[in-house]
Amino acid sequence: MNWQQQFNAFSTIVRKEIRRFMRIWVQTLIPPAITIALYFVIFGELIGRRIGHIGEYSYMEYIVPGLIMMSVITNSYSNVVSSFFSTKFQRSIEEMLVSPMPNYVVIGGFVLGGVARGIAVGAIVTLLSLFFAHLSVDNIWITISMVVLTATLFSLGGFINAVYAGSFDDISIVPTFVLTPLTYLGGVFYSITMLPDFWQGVSQINPIVYMVNGFRYGILGISDINIGVAYGMVITFIVLLYAWAHWLLKYGVGIRS
Amino acid sequence: MTTALSVHDLKKTYSGGFEALKGISFEVKSGDFMALLGPNGAGKSTTIGIISSLVNKTSGTISIYGEDIDRNFAAAKMNIGVVPQEFNFNQFEKVGDIVRTQAGYYGIDNPTAAQRAEKYLKLLDLWDKREERSRMLSGGMKRRLMIARALVHEPRLLILDEPTAGVDIELRRSMWTFLKELNQQGTTIILTTHYLEEAEQLCRSIAIIDHGEIIEQSSMKTFLSKLDRETFILDLGKDITTVPQLDGVRSQLLDAHTLEVEVSKQAPLNAIFAKLSALDIPVTSMRNKANRLEELFVSLVERKR
Repeated sequence: MNWQQQFNAFSTIVRKEIRRFMRIWVQTLIPPAITIALYFVIFGELIGRRIGHIGEYSYMEYIVPGLIMMSVITNSYSNVVSSFFSTKFQRSIEEMLVSPMPNYVVIGGFVLGGVARGIAVGAIVTLLSLFFAHLSVDNIWITISMVVLTATLFSLGGFINAVYAGSFDDISIVPTFVLTPLTYLGGVFYSITMLPDFWQGVSQINPIVYMVNGFRYGILGISDINIGVAYGMVITFIVLLYAWAHWLLKYGVGIRS
Repeated sequence: MTTALSVHDLKKTYSGGFEALKGISFEVKSGDFMALLGPNGAGKSTTIGIISSLVNKTSGTISIYGEDIDRNFAAAKMNIGVVPQEFNFNQFEKVGDIVRTQAGYYGIDNPTAAQRAEKYLKLLDLWDKREERSRMLSGGMKRRLMIARALVHEPRLLILDEPTAGVDIELRRSMWTFLKELNQQGTTIILTTHYLEEAEQLCRSIAIIDHGEIIEQSSMKTFLSKLDRETFILDLGKDITTVPQLDGVRSQLLDAHTLEVEVSKQAPLNAIFAKLSALDIPVTSMRNKANRLEELFVSLVERKR
């Protein structure tokens, strides 16, 4: 396949993925918006008023970047894991396997689909947040790049989860037992500098801490983590997860007998 | 003549240790219409699965129109279209989207994909259904959808794995006509089927696979010429109780008015009718017990066991 053909194949997958989550928008776009709105009301408005300020920002302003990032993470992950597992379950994965598409086109198409949903939900949540907090962006390029990189990373994670999954239960295990705890402990609702030294150290091994803080740096201009280290961590994880996903497709793990 | 498909020493052992293919080799010439036959579990679907990249091979080489499937993956895959045995499309997508999307997977741009989808959906009588979700289609329509999808990138080699399984007779015959025309237009076709009448009607060559080995490969004509005996069922105009003595013919009564006779292929049938007439036994109708290919297939497979 020449580059033009590869681009056509890539855009076909992306269009299909976007068509899929837009077709079921009541399931894919609305629930995350409602959940995050509840976070704004309960944690930001009701409890947040009693907490006061973190640094120079109100508690509500402080948690907005973390909540946006949380919705990007969960939605980019769940889009790819459910879509790719569904293609396996219905055997429509075979449509791709019989075609001449290189593996990187398949991975890239699904990942961009996941990024698109992550950004779509992130945008809805950002608009919602304007009802609750004054939001000004300190550095637009860091904000955008951190969202895109994070969505890419978790789309790849969702892809790998879907490849290994043998049942619908398997696609909910990682989000429930790994992703949610890591997100809640990733500094969405607090600054890790508020933790005792030992738990600050433990937090350093949580990759979500780097993404939440990187994004918060883009919006508020403050971070518990050096922004260069945050980029380094996210890019390293993307490279590692892409290599893993590519290996899985090349050898047909969970796909070919 | 160009070789459309070359399979050499293809082996497949599944992770449980089951040896599905024991080093099969065969070739299909460009423009041929070949039947790949075999009993259930013989290795047909494994062979097709490996050719279409749905199953990993253990060893061996495959080339499609001269392009090695390992060394020049994309060029090899561009030449092949596959219609699988099981429905394998997204049940929630629209018929038109399924075909257009498949075209996209082959690198075809949007406007061309739309034109091709229209062409093949019309050819397969599915154009009116293009806006319907695929799960709403009948079984026969789903089979035709898979054929349209396999043709949308206009492959030179089309592989159909039991395309008429569970399809009613009328639709099966319309599919035969479609496949014949497609073959006449230059598409090489490989067909697996359990309907041996279908293989005999459509195919010019034949390969039989059993227990992971090719036990026969030849032209259909050569293969059928090996049949030296045929069995006929004669419906009699009156009931009889004893088997009539017919020289050189093995015969038995199936019931009081049905006689089965097994005759040499070279022997004329006139003698049988003459003898029965002489015995005042009218014959009201006659049919083959099984079709010719079925008789040969069964005898060949049983002989190898």
